[in-house]
Amino acid sequence: MPDTTLSPTTAGADAALDCKGLLCPLPVYKASRALDRLRPGQVLRVECTDPGSLADFPALARQRGFTLLSVADRDGIQVFHLRRET
Amino acid sequence: MTVTTAAPTPETGAVHGEGQRRRRLALVASKGTLDGAYPVLILATTAASLGWEVAIFFTFYGLDIIHKKKHKKLKVSPLANPAMPMALPSLVGALPGMTAAATAMMKGWMKRSHMPGVGEFLDMARESGVRLYACSTTMGVMGIGPNALLADADIAGATAFLDFAADADVSLFV
Repeated sequence: MPDTTLSPTTAGADAALDCKGLLCPLPVYKASRALDRLRPGQVLRVECTDPGSLADFPALARQRGFTLLSVADRDGIQVFHLRRET
Repeated sequence: MTVTTAAPTPETGAVHGEGQRRRRLALVASKGTLDGAYPVLILATTAASLGWEVAIFFTFYGLDIIHKKKHKKLKVSPLANPAMPMALPSLVGALPGMTAAATAMMKGWMKRSHMPGVGEFLDMARESGVRLYACSTTMGVMGIGPNALLADADIAGATAFLDFAADADVSLFV
């Protein structure tokens, strides 16, 4: 089983997930499970290097009803902030 | 998986409101190869991550994916597979050891990319609530008993799978 433990809190987020070096489906799988463990209103920060995540995280947010607060793509690293709503 | 109750997004209406059923993915896994198993397991675990209900019907050689012993030894064949980067003429691909070489190569790519193995993906699928249906006709035809299969596979015929798939939003034969 992939490790789904969360990193300590990062500024602007209640939990952080490092998915650098991982390919689909692991970033979405881990982020989905991490958000399941957060309370409504809490924010997860996810860092990815799979360029597919730029398409996948907006889709994850649509499908699960999360709010994608921000997307950043710098130096091959994509950073997403997702908020659990319900 | 929890049913989300957020308002649907205007573009896709993807999110289900309260009281609505979850989206469904129905997969048929018919190939008992490494390159046949990965797409099935990736789609199943992804759909489950999206909150969808997922069932996989393992039929014919696809049954090997949930075979206790064989799922650890799935192979990829270089034969009739011009996309393999080994660039072998078909006759060479038919030589003994070539399937093992192609399999080792694919497993090497997967490991290097931190991709879970088939067994690990099956654990992820089960932990996400993916239903595993073992085709009873295949079991009968090939003489495979229930004890040879992973314990949480449900033995079923095409009728039970179609009953699930009748309400599926996405159905794929792999």
